[in-house]
Amino acid sequence: MSLSPVEDIALSEFSPGTVAEPAAPGSGFVGRSPGQLAWARLRRDRVAMVSGGVLVFFFLVALAAPLIQWAYGTDPQQQFQDSLDLYGMPLGYAGGVTGSHWFGLEPSLGRDIFIRMVYGLRTSLFIALAAGVITTVIGVLAGVLAGYAGGWLDAVIGWVTDFALAMPFLIVALALVPTVSLRFYGPREAVPSSFRVAVLITVFALFGWTSAARLVRGQVVSLREREFIEAARASGVSTAHMLFRQVLPNIWAPILVSFSLAVPSYVTGEAVLSFLGVGIVDPTPDFGAMIFRSIHYLQTDPTYVFFPGVTIFILVLAFNLFGDAVRDALDPRSNR
Amino acid sequence: MSTDPPNAVPLLAVQGLAKHFPVREGFGSRILRAVDGVDFEVRAGETLGLVGESGCGKTTTGRMLVRLLEPTAGRIRFDGRDITHLRGRALRPLRRELQIIFQDPYSSLNPRHTVGKIIAIPLQANGIRPPGGIRNRVRELLEIVGLNPEHYNRYPHEFSGGQRQRVGIARALAVQPRLVVADEPVSALDVSIQAQVVNLLRGLQRDLGLGFVFIAHDLAVVRHLSHRVAVMYLGKIVETGARADIYQRPQHPYTRALLSAVPDIERSREDRGRIRLEGDVASPLEAVSGCPFRSRCWKARDRCAVEEPALVAREGREQLVACHFPEPAPAVSTEEVRGEPVAG
Repeated sequence: MSLSPVEDIALSEFSPGTVAEPAAPGSGFVGRSPGQLAWARLRRDRVAMVSGGVLVFFFLVALAAPLIQWAYGTDPQQQFQDSLDLYGMPLGYAGGVTGSHWFGLEPSLGRDIFIRMVYGLRTSLFIALAAGVITTVIGVLAGVLAGYAGGWLDAVIGWVTDFALAMPFLIVALALVPTVSLRFYGPREAVPSSFRVAVLITVFALFGWTSAARLVRGQVVSLREREFIEAARASGVSTAHMLFRQVLPNIWAPILVSFSLAVPSYVTGEAVLSFLGVGIVDPTPDFGAMIFRSIHYLQTDPTYVFFPGVTIFILVLAFNLFGDAVRDALDPRSNR
Repeated sequence: MSTDPPNAVPLLAVQGLAKHFPVREGFGSRILRAVDGVDFEVRAGETLGLVGESGCGKTTTGRMLVRLLEPTAGRIRFDGRDITHLRGRALRPLRRELQIIFQDPYSSLNPRHTVGKIIAIPLQANGIRPPGGIRNRVRELLEIVGLNPEHYNRYPHEFSGGQRQRVGIARALAVQPRLVVADEPVSALDVSIQAQVVNLLRGLQRDLGLGFVFIAHDLAVVRHLSHRVAVMYLGKIVETGARADIYQRPQHPYTRALLSAVPDIERSREDRGRIRLEGDVASPLEAVSGCPFRSRCWKARDRCAVEEPALVAREGREQLVACHFPEPAPAVSTEEVRGEPVAG
């Protein structure tokens, strides 16, 4: 029987000579922690490395957006009306792909698609990451509290979780976002994009924390029965030590996995809401909004939908593959 | 070895200790009497062996002693102080004197901590600053339990079961306790490793003057380490006394049956009067009338069903037995159970 899934592999990865053999005195040993072992496994996973590389690339692009704008020499709001024909369609082939407009131009407004995607990536990743971090933090806190304290606290957190899970996300989001905007801004006022972003993140946070909370609660409940928790209690450690030094380090793996699988769902979720018109709206560059606009030109200018569509597909795929790889590295027993 | 250390006040005194767990059943709930009124004493430097089959409440008793479980009833006095319901901060000083060694070396060490850290945590939590620094003290402890002090920075998964159990022992010893509850410390280990760990515990007993409450179902191991033995059955102590008395003159039928079940290679072929217990253990969910052992006892009479036998001394000896019809005189020969007597 083994303590953690990590261990079976951990042990098998040591050559027989190094496993707990008393070695020459005087030489200092530094063991490899379970985390280091997982990292070593991740390094060996080609899919993880490729998808991780893709993610790093996307993050760098999003971070360096102003720099790219400077090098590219085009503003996301700049309109190139003289590159459009009389019907507002971009001149040239493939939606106006040229050396100065790499992914072509938007029909009718004539904005550059590439630089809008660079900034759209920024919006998307920011919302998804912020929502992911907030939901994970709330979920971990709620889950640890429920799992460790048990009793009525567990019951109350369980009810709230069930309640949040029972709410239909899309309907509530469709109803909530415009209502909240109206509450703070008049019907004729322009709603600043930062406010829209904040509302989106709040909506995701309201619904997203439940899965993390359930996951963490289950992990903590099973950990609580383990003898090392009792041993720590018998040693007289404080509650803070118990939670942050004994319990949390042992559930980082599932938390990390749930985080890395939650982020892509927020990327698509944000795109869906923007597509439906309750998320980010037009002047702000955003994938969902771009795809929404491109639908009208599906027949006349298919390249408009192509670039944002493919990019968001690759982004979400890379996130999911990477999340799976992280899970495999942290928990080798779940290997197919 | 005499079982009478000079000090009169026992280090640990337990009276009427009980733990009842509520068991949910559909709409109602029933009470599981895991431990149902247990009395015993442990003197400083003495080892009490607590034996019994699985589910008899010995582990629950051990957990209550170190206050990992809240007793339902009864009193625990440690060094004359009532510790039965101590909580939070008031428990801190007790943690330094009373420690526990766990059964499963695979689940009793935090996989995310190095061995050095695992052993250092009790020191840090109790604000102990050893003279040479915590790091040196941990190395010293590793050496005491027979591990390479250089393994300080290794993780539990890099050790074998026996080595992990040694780490668990070092952790318990870190605060220099006076009494250690050892909850089946060797039953999860290979037989060859068991002997090493038992010898280690015996060395600690001798060198550090440690008292143990040694919980086990293996009578040979208990015999090796204990000064006195208490036999538990269904949450109660049915017989207790000095080791020699229990092993050579068991009076309770259950003790006799247990002793006769100890395997013995040399005598395995001859008929040595092994007692096979028939019937099932009575359910701890139901209040038993009379003697709890009567469902399996070959000597049970009408009286056993009505009247619960008290734990009393027979024949004026310091051997208490809870039976209406205790065994007379030597029933099991000295050879029957292997294991050397405790030295010193």
